[in-house]
Amino acid sequence: MLIPALATVTNIVFRNQPNLRDGITLAAAVATFVTVLTILSNVGNGTTEPLVLFEILPGIDIAFNVEPLGLLFAIVASGLWILTHIYGIGYMRGNNESHHARFFACFSFAISTVMGIAFASNMFTLFLFYELLTLSTYPLVAHKGTEEAIRGARTYLGILIGTSIGLQLVAVIWTYAITGTLDFTKGGILEGHISGPMVAILLALYAFGIGKAALMPFHRWLPAAMVAPTPVSALLHAVAVVKAGVFTMLKVGIYIFGIDFLAETGASEWLMWLAAFSIIAASVVAMTKDNLKARLAYSTVSQLSYITLGMALATSMGALGGGMHIAMHAMGKITLFMCAGSIYVATHKTNISQMTGLGRIMPITFGAFLIGALSIIGLPPLGGSWSKWLLIVGAADTGQWVMIGVLMASSLLNVAYLLPLVGRGFFLTDPDAEQGGAMAESPLLVWLPPAITAIGCIVLFFFAGDLQDFLSPIVAAD
Amino acid sequence: MATETTHHVAMTLSDHLPVLAILVPFVAAPLCVLLGSRSLTWPITFLASAASFVISFLLLLSVIDGGFISYHIGGWAPPLGIEYRVDAANAFVLFLVTGISTIVLPYARESVKSEIPERHHTLFYACFLLCLTGLLGVAVTGDAFNVFVFLEISSLSTYVLIAQGSYRDRRALTAAYDYLIMGTIGATFFVIGLGMLYMATGTLNMADLADRIADQGANRTVRAAFAFIVVGIGLKVAIYPLHLWLPNAYTYAPSAVTAFLAATATKVAVYVLMRFLFSVFQPSFLFEVNTLEFMIIPFAILAMFAASFIAIFQTDLKRLLAYSSIAQIGYMLLGIGLLNESGVAAAVAHLFNHGITKAVLFMGVGALVLRSGGSFFDRIEGMGKLMPWTSAAIVIGGLSLIGVPGTAGFLSKWLLVQGALEKGWWPIAILVVLSSLLAVIYVWRIVEAMYLRSPASDIEAKEAPLSMLVPIWIMALACIYFGFATDITLTASHTAAQGLLAGPVGLN
Repeated sequence: MLIPALATVTNIVFRNQPNLRDGITLAAAVATFVTVLTILSNVGNGTTEPLVLFEILPGIDIAFNVEPLGLLFAIVASGLWILTHIYGIGYMRGNNESHHARFFACFSFAISTVMGIAFASNMFTLFLFYELLTLSTYPLVAHKGTEEAIRGARTYLGILIGTSIGLQLVAVIWTYAITGTLDFTKGGILEGHISGPMVAILLALYAFGIGKAALMPFHRWLPAAMVAPTPVSALLHAVAVVKAGVFTMLKVGIYIFGIDFLAETGASEWLMWLAAFSIIAASVVAMTKDNLKARLAYSTVSQLSYITLGMALATSMGALGGGMHIAMHAMGKITLFMCAGSIYVATHKTNISQMTGLGRIMPITFGAFLIGALSIIGLPPLGGSWSKWLLIVGAADTGQWVMIGVLMASSLLNVAYLLPLVGRGFFLTDPDAEQGGAMAESPLLVWLPPAITAIGCIVLFFFAGDLQDFLSPIVAAD
Repeated sequence: MATETTHHVAMTLSDHLPVLAILVPFVAAPLCVLLGSRSLTWPITFLASAASFVISFLLLLSVIDGGFISYHIGGWAPPLGIEYRVDAANAFVLFLVTGISTIVLPYARESVKSEIPERHHTLFYACFLLCLTGLLGVAVTGDAFNVFVFLEISSLSTYVLIAQGSYRDRRALTAAYDYLIMGTIGATFFVIGLGMLYMATGTLNMADLADRIADQGANRTVRAAFAFIVVGIGLKVAIYPLHLWLPNAYTYAPSAVTAFLAATATKVAVYVLMRFLFSVFQPSFLFEVNTLEFMIIPFAILAMFAASFIAIFQTDLKRLLAYSSIAQIGYMLLGIGLLNESGVAAAVAHLFNHGITKAVLFMGVGALVLRSGGSFFDRIEGMGKLMPWTSAAIVIGGLSLIGVPGTAGFLSKWLLVQGALEKGWWPIAILVVLSSLLAVIYVWRIVEAMYLRSPASDIEAKEAPLSMLVPIWIMALACIYFGFATDITLTASHTAAQGLLAGPVGLN
């Protein structure tokens, strides 16, 4: 049972050769998703033996294995890839963007690096694919080739490469220097090798070094990257890139430090406060943004910190909630981004203040937006409510009442910055627009995917229990 | 473990390998000139270089597990006779130098045709072979004075090679002249140092020197000799404040020469520096430790930052890469200065990895120059579309220069940081990674220019000829290959580091 699973893991990593034609890419997307599902049915929520490809240094391999958290991440990323790809085809054609081949090639390559991250069995492999992901998404961000796009892409690359090489690499080498291994091990590998304030410093190197998790003050790249075409923003910046960041964060927390070790030493306490600050501050900034994508970007910064917070709480509930939030937030945020893109394709409007009355013209888009927004806010019966629930339980476990307050306040802020758009779209009428405008949705390929993901948000609510069971081995005691 | 083979009578051809590696190009050089046939010159040069490469590879294989080969020229036993001594450190250097020259030569054929008038081709290749001979000789010899002789052979032919760039840009002449002056000062310092050592010890064989210096301990003559030798070689290495000859020389030399020199000449000099610091003098001498900690390391860090900063603001691509070379030499020196196994292994590994990385970059830029007529940034804009293969190879080289994981450059940087952490010098580890961020900036300037700008209207460039593309891509793939399959580099550099750090004991 292990062998086919292992073989498929390698397949995923190597099969996603950039294909120039949409159809083939789509097939690859579906195939990837099916393969991941096959692994799911073969492996369940166990952990496989690592498959070693190369040995770089003694104790450091390029190796892959399957474990629940990574599998979840892979399923989310590959599943949403299919939808985004369909959406991307519609968007790129609808907007007459250039360089389709380069765009989709980089896109597919980015996804294959995401698979590499998801199935990496040690920190080194993860780091390798983490860097590749940054490099492969750079051309996507700079896609428009305008001054603004180039500047945004430069910020993007500068911060991500800067933090990863400047801080994360140091942390990785440090870990290797004191433990002699970088394998992800249940319960962590650092215990007994390091103590006192050094734990907090090492954690800081990781937390800030994983720039993709957009922890303040290293969040600037996310809004900057919003110059990219919307499918890129949707998949890469709501799903793949940022999720790779928080996924790495969770991996480090759970498998390098170990939740118990973090709890004992209290080294993650400052991180918790910082995450809390990020949550609130980014939400407040989001309220001031009129550009819809920029608002969503800051909302992402805030939501990512939920996951970091989950890890920093250093309880199993917190970590579970963090893991679950990867899936929930991905589903919700991709809906919102695709809706933003859909509005842009149909009307070329990017600012919220211009969107008055659009809800009546584009009911499906705005309906999907509403559902996505509610899920982000965390209202039942939508998926987002469960992960937030778990996080709150985690915070209550450790008696961090302030954190519960932060989570609640953040939900209110979410309401304040997400819902006005819906209200404006549906209930206000634009005095300048000609009255009685007929429904004018964007093309089918553009509005269908967000509708599907919106339904996905609802479905996730009912399957949250399964998801929790599935993830629970990552924090279970041996 | 020593596989010493002492023959006064040569038994088989394979016993002569150390000397053959040098003799082949040495004999081929006058052969080219004497035959005087333009059509034969290139094949002879290539064959000679390829033969040396095979020999070096065999040598590397036979010493990679820690032994060494001692070869006595003419059967005269050292310390009176001249000894060639091959161990992991210099076999690795031989492997690099001959490998680069064998790959650069096919590339050079097309590039030289466009940059140098045909009547000079024979002499050009003869000089190239002499330069190769000199570099190999420096690496392989175990005799201190012999180092000087070969250093001069390689330097003199290098001056000529650089001056050949004058057909493209007259400034090559002043660049060569600068280098001539600086190089000669360096050689003079070196030979003065050797003279003092000879005065103090009465021998010139390295192993013998090491013994006698260890016996008599440090005295003023030995210290003065040490200073002269380090500064003399430092000029050749282009240690930061002694680097002034390098940017012009690399910028104005013919593209093939730049690629060859950047990948080999300074690397051989770094090797000589290590040989003298670790094998001839003992690291245990207090004055040497002081030199390393208070001189070499600060200058190395200065090089890493200052030269990278200067590189960021260059408008000429070749000059940018030249400054980046100076910065990268800083990494090697830092590794040496760390004085532990990881550090020295990092220096040796970086010597190799940076060699192949810079070979890709300079060859790639040479190809751009061939098609677009200049190496200034405004001439390379939009080349990503016009010359996709060349540009992609340059990107790979650039990534390796930054040290992105999965490329050769990453491995050496990893070892270096590890070496610094082992010493507990974590600020230095952080400085290393910070300075590689500067590399991100200048590499990304190249990438943006190539891919995100549109080409100047008068450029009608097409892809470089296959004879250039193939060598470029062999090197680019090597950058990736050695990023994953680290067996060869890692074993060789660790063995080399152990051998070097063991000092004179390891030599006997």
